[in-house]
Amino acid sequence: MEARGNSIEVEGLVREFRKGPRAVDGIELRVDPGEIYGFLGPNGAGKSTTVLMLTTLLPPTAGKARVGGYDVVAEGPKVRSVIGAALQEAALDPMLTGRDHLRLQATLQGIPRAERKVRAQELLERVGLSEAADRKVGGYSGGMKRRLDLALALVHRPRILFLDEPTTGLDIQSRTALWDEVARLARDDGVTVFLTTQYLEEADVLADRVGIIDHGHIVAEGTPEALKAEIGLPSVHATPAEQDDRERLVAALAPYGEPLDGSARDVVVRLREGLAGLPAVVRAVDEAGLTLASLEIQAPSLDDVFLAKTGRSLEGAGGDDQDEDETAA
Amino acid sequence: MTNVLGQVAAVARRSVIRTARQPAAVVFPLAFPMLLLLVNSGGLDASTKLPGFPTDSFVAFALAVPFIQGALFSTMNAGTDLARDIQTGFLNRISLTSIRGVALIAGLLAGAVTLGLIQAIFYVVVGLIVGVDFASGLLGILVLLVFSALISISFGALGIFLALRTGSGEAIQGVFPLLFVFLFLSSMNTPRNLIAVDWFKAVATANPVSYLIECVRSLIITGWDREALFLGFGLAIVIGIASTTVATLALKERLVRT
Repeated sequence: MEARGNSIEVEGLVREFRKGPRAVDGIELRVDPGEIYGFLGPNGAGKSTTVLMLTTLLPPTAGKARVGGYDVVAEGPKVRSVIGAALQEAALDPMLTGRDHLRLQATLQGIPRAERKVRAQELLERVGLSEAADRKVGGYSGGMKRRLDLALALVHRPRILFLDEPTTGLDIQSRTALWDEVARLARDDGVTVFLTTQYLEEADVLADRVGIIDHGHIVAEGTPEALKAEIGLPSVHATPAEQDDRERLVAALAPYGEPLDGSARDVVVRLREGLAGLPAVVRAVDEAGLTLASLEIQAPSLDDVFLAKTGRSLEGAGGDDQDEDETAA
Repeated sequence: MTNVLGQVAAVARRSVIRTARQPAAVVFPLAFPMLLLLVNSGGLDASTKLPGFPTDSFVAFALAVPFIQGALFSTMNAGTDLARDIQTGFLNRISLTSIRGVALIAGLLAGAVTLGLIQAIFYVVVGLIVGVDFASGLLGILVLLVFSALISISFGALGIFLALRTGSGEAIQGVFPLLFVFLFLSSMNTPRNLIAVDWFKAVATANPVSYLIECVRSLIITGWDREALFLGFGLAIVIGIASTTVATLALKERLVRT
């Protein structure tokens, strides 16, 4: 397998829609062969629009992108021959069985007739759908649909895999099973994976590197560890026993670090002196005569990275943008 | 070429399978035209007594109508299936394969033709069971099936065009009754030369559906009527070319893939 043929290179990629803002605004990124790249951002950040452009389903307004060594604008058919994609919402026909889907996909991908049956069975076994293979997809659970979606994306043995929010709406068991399969694809088969997600944990667990996108811009990029290390300091999350004491708690903790946005009940402060500053925080609360309902120390997460880069928390950051699917349609 | 034919067959097979697995989609196009035939034959049988009526069997006269109704159902089925594919993202999935646009449209039409032929064979069998004597014989029945396939393509492509333009199954279902208006404003129940109301006669004469019905009817009750066959096949071909052309253009517009 040619190494360069598995990479994704993006330079100044832009997508503008007639009635909306720039959904993607000059992003630059590079995904190396065999890497799992997590593209993290809230709803409407530009994740799906980026995937549609990289999979040739939506022409960019400006910029360049090469997928598998091929230009997404000038060499669309070649790009499609080396990629597999499971786009948002498993697009399946409820009247067809899992095996029908694989048979159709294999034929449309030009797989020789003699190989189709074997390949379909192999993929059904790989994603754990052998027993349900001849049942109509309309009766599948969300997790089964997502697994079939992944199998369909793998029919023609793609070198690069695009997964657009593959675990949204799945229970933790189905989510973990899908993570294992994606990790195995990258590790054992050398498949490059471009994965969009709004789940911090997913990006943290699965991705070798993470790009954080907000309002069409990449605001941070690196390994999850490096990004978190950049933020560095832990934060203390204190909840007063009496809600009326919240302002006094804010004042008491202010000298010990930078205040962060928390919930309406919490007071969150990034500790300037790290964990060493914790005893002083406890003393200050005690001296102020405050009673706490809870006190938690949290190591930096990717949400902290998002917060530091955008001033907003990732959870709840979506919704203020135009709906991505709508604009992309 | 082999690959393209395989893709056409795969898309057609899917259309047939998904229709076959929905009893309502199978039973309704078969039962509704037969029910209408039954009602019309019962109520309008006296029309055969009119001087100049071309046959003494109203069932034989009216049997032409289900073939056109069947084609209209093909329009709705092909259109709503494709619209659903657009709405669910299934079309995007197909677009990511190596399928060519022409193979996709041909596959959808092949599915419509297969279903149209099944319907047509059913109507022929019902006609034979109730004692209709096909004036053009066995060869005429074969020509009738070819004509049914042709109008399935013509109307199926129209459904595909509507789906690609609107992307909405509801929009297609909204257009369907409009197509039925064309059917009712044709020579469906009365030969054009016997229509007494002037405006209705003028509309039926201008309505292409009249000539499609008369083509089928000629094979059932007249025999080999060159003019009726020429007009019917000619119009079906013209409608087919026009509708497949606009469907192909609409597909290009819908599939913005690079």
